[in-house]
Amino acid sequence: MIETRNTTLKICVALGVALCCSSCGGIHNALNPTGPQSQNLSRLWWLFFIVCSIVFVIVMIAVLLSLRNRTGEPQVENAPVIEPPLEQERKRRNVVISAITITVIILFVFLIASFSAGRSMTAELEHKNGLNIEINGHQWWWEVRYDDVDASNIFTTANEIHIPVGVPVTFSLKAADVIHSFWVPNLAGKKDLIPGKINTIWLQADKPGVYRGQCAEYCGLQHARMALWIVAEPQEQFNAWRQNQIQTSVTPASDSQKRGQQVFLTSTCVMCHAINGTPAGSNIGPNLTHVASRNMIAAATLVNTREHLAQWIKDSQQYKPGNKMPQNNLSDADLQSLVDYLQSLK
Amino acid sequence: MCKKKFHAKTQRFRKGAKKENCALGRPSRLCVKFLLPCLLLFAACKREQRQFSSPPSTFKSYDVTMSDIHPGSPGMPQPVQNPSDERAFDTNEGKRLYTQYNCSGCHFNGGGGIGPPLMDEKWIYGENPENIYSTIVEGRPNGMPSFRQKIPDNQVQQLVAYVRSMSGQLRKDVMPTRNDAMNARRSEQRTERETPRRSSPAPQ
Repeated sequence: MIETRNTTLKICVALGVALCCSSCGGIHNALNPTGPQSQNLSRLWWLFFIVCSIVFVIVMIAVLLSLRNRTGEPQVENAPVIEPPLEQERKRRNVVISAITITVIILFVFLIASFSAGRSMTAELEHKNGLNIEINGHQWWWEVRYDDVDASNIFTTANEIHIPVGVPVTFSLKAADVIHSFWVPNLAGKKDLIPGKINTIWLQADKPGVYRGQCAEYCGLQHARMALWIVAEPQEQFNAWRQNQIQTSVTPASDSQKRGQQVFLTSTCVMCHAINGTPAGSNIGPNLTHVASRNMIAAATLVNTREHLAQWIKDSQQYKPGNKMPQNNLSDADLQSLVDYLQSLK
Repeated sequence: MCKKKFHAKTQRFRKGAKKENCALGRPSRLCVKFLLPCLLLFAACKREQRQFSSPPSTFKSYDVTMSDIHPGSPGMPQPVQNPSDERAFDTNEGKRLYTQYNCSGCHFNGGGGIGPPLMDEKWIYGENPENIYSTIVEGRPNGMPSFRQKIPDNQVQQLVAYVRSMSGQLRKDVMPTRNDAMNARRSEQRTERETPRRSSPAPQ
């Protein structure tokens, strides 16, 4: 009996330790900061966590001590109230006064810490000359537009944001329909995307890597499947990626790809999607000019493979019920060519 | 001792409850007070229904008649029911698609411009759902393009429902209640004052 209890206890402790450790790394973790903004936040988080834990432990010890040293309850109902001796009374008063003082001091420390952290996060004006990316939140995907002084260098992509390492990036946040919230926990805090208003946030990645972001404001049926990736890479790699994204789409080479382009331009696709360099120019759905260069489709819901792409086109509702992409009853041959064409759009 | 007292108390409470139940009594009263409101709640189900996968099309282009003269048995063919007419979700989706598919490019917000108005009482090609369906799918002379294969059938049905709601042809509770989009500009009351100035130097 005791032995089984011991093993259960061991398993519980092991699980607890494992759970704690599992939150240490990760690409979607505010406690794994990779930039100045998130470092600021995680410092604040640890300050709150440590101070509150100490206070909690002290309070619990005090409660247990007072339980152990409790005086017996009066047995008689109308027992006379006995005044404690003067010395004991003064001691108790001092304990209460010092506890209140310490509490007030701790709260003021918290207030000042969180205020200064908040101020340094919104101090973004000196970064205006860095890279500026405009994000437009849609139900349920992210439209990403890279701004540039030269209009021919502006391009639009979706759900996958490449940024250079070590450079502050300013994001202008907008929304097309309802309120969304831009949140990449490894890099920065949350900021809402509000229709009719432009919010700005800046962030910087200190290490190359892939970081996951997520819509953090409930925005409807598929809110949970509205994610994005931030790919932080060295400047040269970023420049190469950017140079590729500015280009118009590749012309279809094989017969199948040519047929796929015809399918795209003569079916429902063309009503919502754009492929630069073709007559397709609608901006209701994600821009597909370089769709094959992205790692994920459907707002980081599915890995961008041939099977997923075909299934998504045929019946996207089975993966994201309620999303705005309708089902498409294409023949198998048409679907194959269409996927061939889309996969050629590097 | 204490336990016994508590037990007695709960017993008394239970008895009291039983008595009250008896006072409420007859099942008919229970029915009126509880079940009927529940039934009323179910009545709203159809209005709230959302169908994300496209069902087979209800409309066929040969349903469309342009005049009272037709071959075959006497009597007009039965009008086709548009399932989207019953669903608030569908009419609102129709409203969204109306702008996104740029119907507003010609018909504007129903007042008409390049295309005829949609919010008045005049129907050039008929006011039934199947007429509007065939207008969208087949196109019409003098400018209305055909959207065959460009718009999925269930979305056309939603558009048809919305077009009919523009002149109030549908039930009041399924028609769109508000604009989804933001206003293009702040209301005049909230607009900040601009300082008037001339773009070119004033004439001497």
